[in-house]
Formats: sequence, structure tokens, C-alpha cells
Amino acid sequence: MSIEFRHVRKTYPDGTTAVEDFSLVVPSHSTTVFVGSSGCGKTTLLRMINRMVDPSDGQILIDEEDVSRVEPVALRRRIGYVMQNSGLLPHRTVIDNVATVPILTGTPKAKARQDALGLLDRVGLDRALANRYPGQLSGGQQQRVGVARGLAADPNILLMDEPFGAVDPIVRDELQQELLRLQRELGKTTVFVTHDIDEAFLLGTQVVILKRGGVVAQIGTPAEILANPADDFVADFVGAKRGKRRLTAEERGAGDDVLLVDAAGYPAGLIAAPGGRLELADALAAGAGPKSRSVSNKTDQAGDA
Amino acid sequence: MDWVWSHLDLIWSSTLAHVALCVPAIVLGFVVSVPLGYWASRSTAARGVLLTLGNVLYTIPGIALVVLVPVVLGLPILNPLNVTIALLIYAVAIMVRSAADAFASVDADVRGSARAQGFSGPQLFWRVELPLAGPVLLAGIRVVSVSTISLATVAALVGIPSLGGFFTDGFQRSFATEVVTGLVAVLVLAAVFDVVIGLIGRALMPWNRGRRLTSRAAKTLATAVPGGVGANL
Ligand SMILES: Nc1ncnc2c1ncn2[C@@H]1O[C@H](COP(=O)(O)OP(=O)(O)O)[C@@H](O)[C@H]1O
Ligand SMILES: [Mg+2]
Repeated sequence: MSIEFRHVRKTYPDGTTAVEDFSLVVPSHSTTVFVGSSGCGKTTLLRMINRMVDPSDGQILIDEEDVSRVEPVALRRRIGYVMQNSGLLPHRTVIDNVATVPILTGTPKAKARQDALGLLDRVGLDRALANRYPGQLSGGQQQRVGVARGLAADPNILLMDEPFGAVDPIVRDELQQELLRLQRELGKTTVFVTHDIDEAFLLGTQVVILKRGGVVAQIGTPAEILANPADDFVADFVGAKRGKRRLTAEERGAGDDVLLVDAAGYPAGLIAAPGGRLELADALAAGAGPKSRSVSNKTDQAGDA
Repeated sequence: MDWVWSHLDLIWSSTLAHVALCVPAIVLGFVVSVPLGYWASRSTAARGVLLTLGNVLYTIPGIALVVLVPVVLGLPILNPLNVTIALLIYAVAIMVRSAADAFASVDADVRGSARAQGFSGPQLFWRVELPLAGPVLLAGIRVVSVSTISLATVAALVGIPSLGGFFTDGFQRSFATEVVTGLVAVLVLAAVFDVVIGLIGRALMPWNRGRRLTSRAAKTLATAVPGGVGANL
């Protein structure tokens, strides 16, 4: 199930042009991430795939078929959709929320609910939550229910609009790992929208960096974009958050401790060489300023380098 | 009190007559107001027209309406239907605003997400918007119920049996016990209706139990109550 945008433009009735001229091929069975700051047109692009929004110009094709020729309700039922704040029906229990689309398409209720239980397992939710109402769940649990609901009709395409944007960072990490696992297991054609570049690089096989008006700044794999930012805008966007945390290792001689230096050139810590001596005082004296961080020999931060 | 015990039959039959005047007005008022309120929530123009019309109708004095309805509809002056129709007009006048607010209170994210899952237009209305408008609709219908029961006493002025008869009769005879009896009966009836409607709401909206009233529902109540009870007598 590949998705293709062909010269798509969207101008809303109030005159706002959210997307100017957008073309892209979303390959099947992989995750494409649209990343860009708020208001750049990500949601508009995503919603044009399932005809929540119709383009003013251009076409969107799913497996070569123009979606404008598909009846919107039928189209939406075969495309999974997950959004921020889950959008769950507050008056339906968890299990009925998950079973929403199968019930809409005529699956008998008992069977739809039975299948939905399996989906709770799939997204790592306790079956004991099945008869709760969404309002009785935590934000992270609600998002899991949202993902389960998106998968319930076994769609080939999954659209996700900042689904983890409103949960706390620890839960977000968990949900991201779950999504990676699900993606390995299920191989849906996924379009994921986020404003978080770290999330984009973690989840995306293909990452599309967008500017205002849905203008493509760069398309590529995370490695390609990191290695070769197309322009200053991309370099800035990619580096803005990461630069502050980027640490480089400075070898100071064989068998010696390794000095970690942050982007501003200040020593951030030492990795003690096996049996080596900690030269804490030396290291700090070498360039210590008010900005130097507490010295530690943890290596996890080096992963960002 | 002796008077009360010796007139239990009359109190009971007047109460039943009162209920018969009110129930159709409350139920039909709800049924008519829901689609109108939905329309008002979708279109600003419709909202303006409907709410203004509601306000205008609500300012017509009760006694004038009860006298006008039979003239306009050509019904016999003593037909209880006149009172019920007048009550229905007031019920709709109050309820349309509540219903419009109720549908406007449905979370746009939830509606959008339901549409994205593939609910068709009618499915969206019956399965999502109507139930989610429920709490505010419930608050509105409670106000309508109390106000209708209070207003229905006006029937006595045109010679139609209701609990209002105790007011007119007691007043003419300067007999306070009878007036107080009528007053208590109206209050008790209103309280019973309120409890019944509350229970129906609870049964229909199990997800809503224990939640506090939404701010909109609270606002609806606050704006509806001051002019509500007895203002048109
Ligand atoms: N329904 C709408 N009517 C008018 N303008 C809209 C509408 N939806 C979005 N926009 C505008 O289109 C632009 C892109 O919006 P959106 O696609 O939601 O961006 P993003 O998801 O990247 O934040 C914004 O300027 C936004 O204000
Ligand atoms: Mg958005």
C-alpha cells in the first residue's frame, strides 16, 4: 500500500494556504515521518490521505487509485487513524472504543469485542481495563487504546498525528519502543506526524522535514539527513536540540582517561580508563568555566555524539 | 389539615390532571428542541434566528398564550390541549438554547476523530454527538421540567383542572390552607419529576456518573433558572 502525493495544494476557505505544492511517495510497509514546527501543514497533509480534508489541487493516490474517487466513509474505515489526546469516545468503554471500526463495518459485537481483547494484549494493555471508560485511564494508556483502535480493522495504512505529543517523556519513550515493535511485527504503511526531530529520527524509515506551507526542506533516511543536511534550515532544525547535548570524546593518550567535551568546548566528564586514574582536577582546570557540568563517568550521554 | 385529609381525592385527581398537561409538553419540547438545537449549533445564522425567536416567545405572558392558543388553533376554550400547547411553546423556547449549547459542547477532537474512524453523518449524530450532548441536554430538560410544572398552574385561570385550581379557589375564599396545599403539591411534583429525569439520565449515561457538571452545563442552568420558574404567571 504505497501512498503518493502529486502536486497537492490546500487552501482553506478562509484563504490560508496550508500546503503549497507537495509531492511525495510514501513507500509501503515502512514508516514515513512528517516533521516540522507547528502550523507547517503536517496535519493537513495527513488528513488529505483519508479525505478528512480534500485537496484544492493535485491528487493523492493509494496504490495508484485516486482517493477522490473513493467514498470518504469507506476510505476512512480502511485506514487507521490515531491522534494526540487519543480522541477516544468518552461514553464508550475501552473495549468498545477498540472495536469501533469493526462494529461500524458490520462485525457482530461479540466477535468484535473478542478480537479487541487480543488487540489490548498487542498494545500492552491489561485486559482488566477493558470495561473502564477512557476518562478512567492515564494519558499513556489512552494513547495505547488509540493505537489499538487504529489497528482494529487491520488496515494496511496507519496515520498517526502527534500521538505521543501530550504524554510525559518516560511514557513517550515506552510508547515509541512499542510502536517500533508493532511496526516490526505488522509492517503497516505508516505516516507519522511530529514536531520532535528526535522522535522523527527514532521512528522514521523515511523522514520528511517540512517548512511552512508544506514545503519540503529535505527527504531522506535519518542517517542521510544527519550526515548531509540540505541547507541551513535543516542543519538548524536537526541541530538545534541535539547540539546542546552533543558530546565528543577526546582521547588524551593511550590507556588514559577519555575526556568528554560538549558543543561549547567545555569538558563535561571523564570516562575512566580501566585501572586509570581520574584526573578530575586536571580536566576541570583545562577549561573549566561556570558552564562545566558535573563530572561523571556515565557513558550514556555519549550515545548522542 | 382536616381540609387536606377530606380532599385527598381532589388533590390526587388535580395532580394527575397537572401531570397530563405537563408530560406531553416536556417530552415533545425535548423532541422538537434537539433537532432545532443541533441546527443552531451548526449554523450561526440559524442560531441567531432560533435563539431570538425563543427569547421573544418566552416573554409572552402565560395567561395571554393560554387564551391565544385556542383562538389561533380554533380549539374549544376548555380543551386541556390549549394549555399543553402553550407549555410546549415555553418548553421549546427554553430548551432550544440548552440544546444548542449541548451540541456546541461536544469536543471537536472527539467528533473529528470519530469522523476519521469512519462514522457516517447519521452514525455520528446518533452514536457520538447526541450521547455526548446528553449531560447538557439533561441539565436543560430539568429546568424545563420544573418551569413547566410551575407554569401549568395557569390552567386554572381558564377553567382547566390542574393544581392551580387550589390557588384560585383558595384565593377567592381567602382560605390559606388550600393555597398552601396547592403550593406544596406543585413543589413535590416538581421534585419527583426532577428525580425521575435524573435517574433516567443516570441510566442512559453511565459514563457520566460521578462527573461534575461540565462548565457549560452549569452555565446553561445558571442562565435558565432566574427567569425560569413562574416568571410567566
Ligand atoms: N480548518 C482550517 N481552516 C483554516 N485554516 C486552517 C485550518 N486547518 C489548518 N489551518 C491552517 O493551515 C496551516 C497548517 O495547519 P496544520 O496542517 O494544522 O499544521 P500542523 O499540523 O503542522 O501544525 C496553519 O496555518 C493553520 O492555521
Ligand atoms: Mg497538527
